[in-house]
Amino acid sequence: MSPPHRVNPQPLSLSPRQPKHPATTKMARSNFSVLTILSVILLLPVLSLSFSPDSPSDRRLLVLFDDLSLKSSHSIFFNSLKSRGFDLDFKLADDPKLALQRYGQYLYDGLILFSPSIERFGGALDLAAVLDFVDSGHDLIIAADSSASDLIKSVATECGVDFDEDPSALVIDHRSYAVVGTEGDHTLIAADDFIESDVLLGENKIEAPVLFKGIAHSLNAANNLVLKVLSASPAAYSANPSSKLSSPPSLTGSSISLVSVVQARNNARIMITGSLDLFSNRFFRSSVQKAGSPKKYDKSGNEQFVAELSKWVFHERGHLKAVNLRHNKAGETNEPAMYRIKDDLDFSVEIYEWSGKSWEPYVANDVQVQFYMMSPYVLKTLSNDKKGLYHTSFKVPDVYGVFQFKVEYNRLGYTSLLLSKQIPVRPFKHNEYERFITAAFPYYGASFTMMAGFFIFSFVYLYHK
Amino acid sequence: MAVTKTEPINGSTTKSSAPPLPSMPLKSDLLSILSLKSLRLKTKQQELLIRVSILCLVYVLAFITRLFSVLRYESMIHEFDPYFNYRTTLFLTQKGFYEFWNWFDSESWYPLGRIIGGTLYPGLMVTAAMMYWGLRFLRFAVHIREVCVLTAPFFASNTTLVAYFFGKEIWDTGAGLVAAVLIAICPGYISRSVAGSYDNEGVAIFALLLTFYLFVKAVNTGSLAWGLASAFGYFYMVSAWGGYVFIINLIPLYVLALLITGRYSMRLYVAYNCMYVLGMLLAMQIRFVGFQHVQSGEHMAAMGVFFLMQVFYFLDWVKHLLNDKKLFEAFLRITVTCAVGVGAIALGVGTASGYISPWSGRFYSLLDPTYAKDHIPIIASVSEHQPTAWSSFMFDFHILLFLFPAGLYFCFKRLSDATIFIVMYGLTSMYFAGVMVRLILVATPAVCLISAIAVSATIKNLTMLLRTKSKVSQTGSTKGTGGGKTSSKAMLDQSQPFQRNGAIALLFGAFYLLSRYAIHCTWVTSEAYSSPSIVLAARGAHGNRVIFDDYREAYYWLRQNTPPDAKVMSWWDYGYQITAMGNRTVIVDNNTWNNTHIATVGRAMSSYEDEAYEIMRSLDVDYVLVVFGGVTGYSSDDINKFLWMVRIGGGVFPVIKEPDYLVNGEYRVDKGAAPKMLNCLMYKLSYYRFGELMTEYGKPPGYDRARGVEIGNKDIKLEHLEEAFTTSNWIVRIYKVKPPNNRW
Repeated sequence: MSPPHRVNPQPLSLSPRQPKHPATTKMARSNFSVLTILSVILLLPVLSLSFSPDSPSDRRLLVLFDDLSLKSSHSIFFNSLKSRGFDLDFKLADDPKLALQRYGQYLYDGLILFSPSIERFGGALDLAAVLDFVDSGHDLIIAADSSASDLIKSVATECGVDFDEDPSALVIDHRSYAVVGTEGDHTLIAADDFIESDVLLGENKIEAPVLFKGIAHSLNAANNLVLKVLSASPAAYSANPSSKLSSPPSLTGSSISLVSVVQARNNARIMITGSLDLFSNRFFRSSVQKAGSPKKYDKSGNEQFVAELSKWVFHERGHLKAVNLRHNKAGETNEPAMYRIKDDLDFSVEIYEWSGKSWEPYVANDVQVQFYMMSPYVLKTLSNDKKGLYHTSFKVPDVYGVFQFKVEYNRLGYTSLLLSKQIPVRPFKHNEYERFITAAFPYYGASFTMMAGFFIFSFVYLYHK
Repeated sequence: MAVTKTEPINGSTTKSSAPPLPSMPLKSDLLSILSLKSLRLKTKQQELLIRVSILCLVYVLAFITRLFSVLRYESMIHEFDPYFNYRTTLFLTQKGFYEFWNWFDSESWYPLGRIIGGTLYPGLMVTAAMMYWGLRFLRFAVHIREVCVLTAPFFASNTTLVAYFFGKEIWDTGAGLVAAVLIAICPGYISRSVAGSYDNEGVAIFALLLTFYLFVKAVNTGSLAWGLASAFGYFYMVSAWGGYVFIINLIPLYVLALLITGRYSMRLYVAYNCMYVLGMLLAMQIRFVGFQHVQSGEHMAAMGVFFLMQVFYFLDWVKHLLNDKKLFEAFLRITVTCAVGVGAIALGVGTASGYISPWSGRFYSLLDPTYAKDHIPIIASVSEHQPTAWSSFMFDFHILLFLFPAGLYFCFKRLSDATIFIVMYGLTSMYFAGVMVRLILVATPAVCLISAIAVSATIKNLTMLLRTKSKVSQTGSTKGTGGGKTSSKAMLDQSQPFQRNGAIALLFGAFYLLSRYAIHCTWVTSEAYSSPSIVLAARGAHGNRVIFDDYREAYYWLRQNTPPDAKVMSWWDYGYQITAMGNRTVIVDNNTWNNTHIATVGRAMSSYEDEAYEIMRSLDVDYVLVVFGGVTGYSSDDINKFLWMVRIGGGVFPVIKEPDYLVNGEYRVDKGAAPKMLNCLMYKLSYYRFGELMTEYGKPPGYDRARGVEIGNKDIKLEHLEEAFTTSNWIVRIYKVKPPNNRW
């Protein structure tokens, strides 16, 4: 019932009148008849680069700033995105022409909100529009800082993350702060409490701690999709560094999350952090030494961390697709409309992982299929052939009803695969039972001797007087 | 011990005068060719002509009086169950018998499914399909729906014929004719057999009466052929309706009564054994019935009587052999003790080992009207399973209610094997009719027959009174039709003029009553029993007729606008209609075979929205359908049925407690309602956005016209469901179950 993989927001079948790309709009306006078609033909290769189920990585990103100086102060991050093939569109968050979609089609695949202090977006953008953007399968990066506005906070809240309500509070850590020239107020944190996941953070271990300076957030306990990627140390707390603590801080220890991600049910990915500086050139380049640790790194882990996580957020990694769910009776090839109880069947599904450029076979030994009717009657681990084809065969249980083949594959970081296919299972037909049962021979014998006996008796009774 | 009757008394009138008949036509044939006077038929022929034409008229009348519904509305299937029957018939005609027989339906009882072929009585569908194929073969391009709509009237017509023959068998031709007329228009029968009421009962009453008739005929004649015929009648009945249990218990009871009253005869032995053994074997061919005849407690009486019959026969034989009274009495004592002992042990062992299933709840609730109320809410919840009110007896039987005791009197006065049968049938079925409303239907043929005896006998006696004077000379020549008549004639001679006037008055009275009956029946048929219940009609403010076609509107919406594999949750009443008209999968339907599944739905309806959401997710529900009458004042809506949902849900899931929905034992929906009531799913779905609506002038918004109160919760917010469709009069409301929150 759930979509097998990311919902396709942009079907490739285009009608010429609907501009799909910012560039198309201008051309379509200036040239009406022939050029429109021509431009579409010319733009087809460009369009095919955009997000699609066949190549799920994001291509067009909208970056919103409070002021454009961020463009240069965070240029390393943006350049790395550009070098990975992204098409970035920088705009001010209060740009009155701001729009995520036009004529029902989304213009972007991803949104980066580097505008913590914005109170109201310009144009057609608002909280609901951002959430709709996510709910239609697009990705989002939110970076806040101490100036975070209610709008940004409420976007985060809607994604299952609660920023500290105290507007002046920052994450303070007197034990794992980053050693810099001056002692400071320990708000610059060297965090190295990463989530253990190669899918999220890449195969190369991030050696250097990540510099963080910003506000704390906690995960909403009711939300079970949000994950802490980088959490604060147990000694951290969230408070106003410039004033004395009058009451115990509301957020303390490792319940404070520094960077969190959400993978929504439609596999849209969201990254939320309370530090805009995390992405900045300054933090990328600066050396780092964690307090109390003798080891000093020339370069902070920020660049690697951000790059790897953004690869995940923009679906360059950890994106699975399951296709060709097939089932058939053992020894047949066609998919039946209905099974009978005690049929032997073969089940197969192909699972591929997106490598950023192409679909590679996904190899795992923990993919299971359920044969499900209110509860799983059969639960089998699928065996794979290392080429992406997962296969198993089993016997339909001796229970009739409307079953489902269910593949529910939820692994940390990977897109969740939720496939189900309904299939009724019927009981035996009247002519499918065993015809002559050995155990019943006495009964057959009895009835035939009875018949014969009756015949002889009648004959004797009638004609033998 | 056997009361030997070579010929039943009742048949004497016709049969004794039968021999002269063949010789008469021969003479008259010659005359007819020669003279114009031949147009005047002989008395016997006249009588035959009148009888046949009356029967033809009754046959036609029975059919056309049931067509009111088609004229008032349209040719459509009525009610709830008929939709299932229609759907299965359609399947049968499209896919053939074997597919039908093996049909596993995945569209109902999701996700359990239902083996249709093994859980229905196929008689009705096969009958309709045969008629359809027959008409097709004769090149009549009919639609299967028309055949289905007209099946019940057609069989009602056939029932009148059977009633005629039955009446003739137990009394005389006059009683038969009156019985045919009475049953043709009796509202108790019409209620289940109007055009469009395509239900099992439509053919089953025909089969029931046919079986009884053939059995009585077999008992009267002692003929193996009639016994065989009644076995086949029984087979047809078993294939058509679960009410066959009535036959398989009444006939043994009747046989037992005859045995006790010393009316055991060879005729009875032949009739019962043939009917029981063959009927049982034939009935086993129906998948739904299967081995119940030998395994279920409800059928054990028949088997017990069958064995008793053999013991009787054996004793008769031994008595014949022994020719010694003393020895025989000793033998009798031993045999009877042994037989009873063996029977009791067999029954005890069978029941204890579970081979013989105990009586089912439905059967219990028939014998003890309070049983279902306490133990099986799902049976008690059905309106047609409620005890019958006096008014509905009057409504359905009218004067027959008074003629019934009179008829019983006549039956007792002329007791024979046949009248004993009709008396027993009448009394037992009247009791059952008192227990359950729907069983008035079973009592109707008996009531009609017994009343017919009363009417026929009275009128016959009265006319006899009138005619004796004019035919004084003939009285001597006419053979006495009965002992009673001669005595009345004797009495009559004493005070002739006064009695004659009295007889005229009484005759007029009788005709007046009968005409009132005819008027009443026509009125009831046209006003009360011809409503299809799927299309509602009401009187508008100016006396004009307003039609509410909301049900079909909703079902067509489902058919057109939802994905083909969508699952719709509703209370079970609407299940058959949703699958038949909406073509969508339902969770529960009117075939209430799985109480737990229904209780799950009841629980979902009576829980808070978030709890209900979990249940709906687990059942893969996509749409929820509720019926709401607050706008139109339609009172049989889901809010009024809601307490049954709570009871049925609570019967399986004790978390649902009925007192939570009541305030001081009172069920209310206004401001004083229980908080759980105001926030349960059913309340929310029924009254969503209702608080904004003005339903009646001079009343506050949110005024519920079905219950006559202002609702208590006007600000209803839905979290996991969204309104998908509400019909034009708000009678059906459909909600879509939202997928789980994307980001949570």
